[in-house]
Amino acid sequence: MRALTRVRALVPALSAILVAVACGTGASSNAGTVHIVAVWSGQEQASFMAVLKPFEDQTGIKVDYESTRDEDAILRTRVSAGNPPDLAAAPSPQLLTQFAQQGKVKPLNNAVNMSDLQSSTSQGWIKLGEPLADGKLYQIFSWAAVKGLIWYDPKNFSAKNYSVPKTWQDLLTLQQTIKSSGTPPWCIAVGSGGAADGWPASDWLKEIVLSQAGPDVYDKWVAGKQTWSSPEIKASFQTFGTILGPNDSNVYGGKNTILATQFGDVGTPMFANPPKCYMLNQASFITTFFTSAVPSLQAGTDFTFFPLPDINTSFTGAHVVAGDSWSMFKDTPQAEKLINYLTTAQAQDIWVKRGGKLAVNKNVSLNDYPDPLSKLSAQILVNTQIAKYDATDNMPTDMRNAAWKALLQYIGNQGSLDSILANLDKVQQTAYKSA
Amino acid sequence: MDFSILLQDLPTLLVVILGVPVILAAYIVGGEYLVRRLPDKRRPQVRPWIWVGPALFLVAAFLMLPAIGTILQSFENNAGNWVGFNNYASQFADFPNGGAWVAIRNNVIFWLIFYTMFALAFGLVLAVLFDRVRYESFVKSLIFMPMAISSVALGLIWDFMYQYQPPGAVQTGTLNAIVTFFHHDPVVWLQDQWPSDSFNLLNNLALIGAATWGITGFAMVILSAALKGIPGELLEAARVDGAGEITVFRRVIFPLMMPTIVVVGTTLVIFALKAFDVVYVMTGGNYNTDVLAFRMYEQLYTAGNNGHASAVAVILLIAVIPVLIFNLRQFRAVESRR
Repeated sequence: MRALTRVRALVPALSAILVAVACGTGASSNAGTVHIVAVWSGQEQASFMAVLKPFEDQTGIKVDYESTRDEDAILRTRVSAGNPPDLAAAPSPQLLTQFAQQGKVKPLNNAVNMSDLQSSTSQGWIKLGEPLADGKLYQIFSWAAVKGLIWYDPKNFSAKNYSVPKTWQDLLTLQQTIKSSGTPPWCIAVGSGGAADGWPASDWLKEIVLSQAGPDVYDKWVAGKQTWSSPEIKASFQTFGTILGPNDSNVYGGKNTILATQFGDVGTPMFANPPKCYMLNQASFITTFFTSAVPSLQAGTDFTFFPLPDINTSFTGAHVVAGDSWSMFKDTPQAEKLINYLTTAQAQDIWVKRGGKLAVNKNVSLNDYPDPLSKLSAQILVNTQIAKYDATDNMPTDMRNAAWKALLQYIGNQGSLDSILANLDKVQQTAYKSA
Repeated sequence: MDFSILLQDLPTLLVVILGVPVILAAYIVGGEYLVRRLPDKRRPQVRPWIWVGPALFLVAAFLMLPAIGTILQSFENNAGNWVGFNNYASQFADFPNGGAWVAIRNNVIFWLIFYTMFALAFGLVLAVLFDRVRYESFVKSLIFMPMAISSVALGLIWDFMYQYQPPGAVQTGTLNAIVTFFHHDPVVWLQDQWPSDSFNLLNNLALIGAATWGITGFAMVILSAALKGIPGELLEAARVDGAGEITVFRRVIFPLMMPTIVVVGTTLVIFALKAFDVVYVMTGGNYNTDVLAFRMYEQLYTAGNNGHASAVAVILLIAVIPVLIFNLRQFRAVESRR
């Protein structure tokens, strides 16, 4: 029996050594540390570090940042092992809902200053932070992105006298004009490091469903109450098909290039001389990838965007939005301080100025946006009439993965739409049950 | 480095540094003491168990218990309720494209056959060819090098090798640069499901090729050791009897290396069934390149479906069992010949 207790005592001892070795400077500061997990790396990570700097300087709290692109898996493992980070960029909405139901994530109502939050953030964003709709806040947003922006190089457009389309019909006409001039109109790339392949195409689909079938169908679709083979969703796939063109002929490189290119590299052919495509659809974060691929590019003169035109005019101003949000897994005073800091205009402003992010806090001045483009998208964000959160991210993970895979299949072979949708219906029947 | 955290927990540290050796010594000394108390006849029966005991305990605690837990969990849903064979039914549903069938096909047909064959064949050829040259150790180190690369890095390296740009553009991937040099259209290696979606040899071979690059050094080193263990007199005797080099290889070297080839082969088969990292990094199981281990990971971590994941794990276990039995038999056969 004694031997067993000793063995038990071994476990914390060993992990203590491991932690000491892993963290190195772990417990050096008296103000404590916050362990935080998020998805940013490279240039984005540098921006996030800049956001944290004033917080660390003011409070003396050290932020221990861990970066991963496989956040859901990391969080699921660490939460079930009883060793979650203090704060984490919120996982997929589906997983967050699951954590909230299991009580694995802390409600923020007492941790953040709610009256400040309500006065500085629009009600829509706060509502999105209550996944169980029980008045308990489980995530707070610090930055947001508008999806459904069509990026183009204004120099290319003026060289050919193309004008920015105002209506859906204009867009279809423009795409035909470009195509008949011998260059494919679109660049599309759906690669995302294997496991997440396909999500960029799902952006197209979501925007089309929202703008063509409307918010009610969209909500039912997210909730699993609208079958994939229903006329509305099928028609949305087919609208995406008119963008892709027969055999993906509207897209630079056809299906092979769409499938084999990483989403961040989507814009590079558009900036080639002569351009190999004229337009691409991506959220506002893509500018970071433009400028890191071709550093000489200037926002506004070399690239700018127009919002995806309304497909059905009865749903004018409908946009899919996305956000960077935070959840708290351990309610330490340090973590509470940091999460409050991330809601402030001061913190959000830092990344806004560095480019690539739009603040959720209304007190961030429009003048702080480094270029006219982000100011423009910030205005769209403010003026969006129908805002919906990412549909596939809100579906059960099984459903989301199946949808991503289905879009890869659809791009590969548009003719197999009926069997793709039938398969999605099958997944839908089980995915929502097990969730 | 700041090790002050170690000082904060001094008692625990003492337990680790002093306690563990003390317990082990006490176990051994105490065990021997008790054995000596026994009558002479009983001692040989009891003593081995004392020495095997700790190992058995560790195997039971860290291998058998979790395995049994996994098997039990494969019959439960996420809420912990018994659901019979439902988890298995959903893995075996909709032959040939539904459930786990694509993963099963990729594992037991493509990976098992091609990965094992490639690694064995290349390993054997390289071991035999480089056995005769002066720069043997240098070349062998080069070929062994990929073993030292983490499999994630390996996947990324091969991602670059397989990169695709549309026809006409400058090819940034090595393989497509070669392919287009010979005036062929570039190939989209990881996505192309040639010859057909239901038998997608090409992209599976692209993944297997990357994995083979990483493991050939392993096969080569072990086979080379076996080759060097063949007594020179045997080869000389064969040559004196008038056998050509090819005959010497076929009739003398190959049969003598057979036990080693079988051991390396079965090890490779087990590796093939466990294949995961290359698939995870390079395709994420898309384009019909799923394998069982990746499916298990996806079910467990991204879908959060423990029952399904356990069922896949059990399927994988069952697939490995015949190989293990064969391996054990082979081992015993070799032992009995000695």
